[in-house]
Amino acid sequence: MNAPAYNFAYLDEQTKRMIRRAILKAIAIPGYQVPFASREMPMPYGWGTGGVQVTAAILGPDDKLKVIDQGSDDTTNAISIRKFFAKTAGVATTTATEEATVIQTRHRIPETTLSEGQVLVYQVPIPEPLRFLEPRETETRRMHALAEYGLMHVKLYEDIARFGHIATAYAYPVKVNARYVMDPSPTPKFDNPKMDNCAALQLFGAGREKRIYAIPPYTQVVSLDFEDHPFEPYRFNAPCALCGAEKSYLDEIVTDDKGSRMFVCSDTDFCEGRQAEGHHGSLSAAPYKEKARQQEKNNG
Amino acid sequence: MTTIAELPPGFADKVLSAQSTFRSVMDAMARPGSVQRIVPMAGTPDTMMRATAAIALTLFDHDTPLWLDARMRESSDVLKWLKFHTGAPVMQDSSVASFALIADATALPALERFALGSNEYPDRSTTIILQVESLSAGRAYELRGPGIDGTARLQAAIKPADLFERLGINEALFPRGIDVVLVADDAVVAIPRTTRLVTKGS
Repeated sequence: MNAPAYNFAYLDEQTKRMIRRAILKAIAIPGYQVPFASREMPMPYGWGTGGVQVTAAILGPDDKLKVIDQGSDDTTNAISIRKFFAKTAGVATTTATEEATVIQTRHRIPETTLSEGQVLVYQVPIPEPLRFLEPRETETRRMHALAEYGLMHVKLYEDIARFGHIATAYAYPVKVNARYVMDPSPTPKFDNPKMDNCAALQLFGAGREKRIYAIPPYTQVVSLDFEDHPFEPYRFNAPCALCGAEKSYLDEIVTDDKGSRMFVCSDTDFCEGRQAEGHHGSLSAAPYKEKARQQEKNNG
Repeated sequence: MTTIAELPPGFADKVLSAQSTFRSVMDAMARPGSVQRIVPMAGTPDTMMRATAAIALTLFDHDTPLWLDARMRESSDVLKWLKFHTGAPVMQDSSVASFALIADATALPALERFALGSNEYPDRSTTIILQVESLSAGRAYELRGPGIDGTARLQAAIKPADLFERLGINEALFPRGIDVVLVADDAVVAIPRTTRLVTKGS
């Protein structure tokens, strides 16, 4: 059943025009946060209302949509947004990164390298990288206008003075095209290098804060650091327990109340892909999957 | 006199045509110098090219003040068509326009006369939609900037001939500046304010 009560992709056309104009300006001024008239969406703030509005404005019937939440295609947020667009736009959905033309993400960038035909849409809670340093919008806006980012370096320096290293682990500030300092949304800093010179277009939507910003393809994105304390991506020093990957970003999962834990890829599609290729980790995938695969082979 | 009933039509399918047109313009803006095609067709009043009309139907509404050059303005068809299909107000003052439509490129006013945005709000600037002769043949332009892997090559017959020299103000003023969308029939090329000319062929 497909209730005909929705416009294509939920939003009305006037709203889409407004968002589309904001997206074009965002692309023209890489890293600058374009204010837009964010709408109420049928989901609470914090669930990706900004990303959903950006996706709704760009999505067409030929698109294939992938939605991830912390790298996973299978969590509540990812599933409900995927279903939302399957219902309101009738678009095809997928969990495979290479197949998707539009990928909406909450707090991760897929491990698979993105290609030219793809658009990555980030859900952003707080778009202003300077907000926790300077609460006044009038002031942060002036700081961006003057490219006055000393305060951010002071913050990173204080990390070093206190902890001996830059302790910011996620939402690690970047400088886009040597001009605007930008919040990459709360992605782990492990993902920051993937934003630099990326072949795909990256769009950011913050619903509650009413901002859209963008990184065009092949644009320089530099993580802020110091000569003597260079930026370093962080990763747990372990292979994935399911697929054995040594270079992917890992989630730590507590498995009992005696301190046991396992590390698994945060990107579920990447991990499943590797397992299907025959890679194994120390706690390899659930036996039912092996059985299913065996059955598929026998049938096919 | 044309009556409303005789006006060229808008998109046959408003929703999907606008989406498809927008994606072409977005791709053009994200990959400066690349030629994108506008697929959906609408009726076009004379002096307006097909892609110009499609972009107007996709992006213009009551929130976007327009500025038209003399060639566009003298056509009552264009004015009526824009008013009927988009409802966008046409302004006399180019410095408050969200979009400017230029049919006669030789009469392109000085770029400083359009909205350049402010340092606080550089997005409040005019997007110029400039109709040119060809985006497939003509002089070769080599471009670089965000959205371009190395350099991009554009072959185009663009008037005014010194367009890229004039766009030099974008480099000096950034983040303020002018974004340009070049249109030739159904082809679109965007030159956002971050794009720089490397070399110009003959």
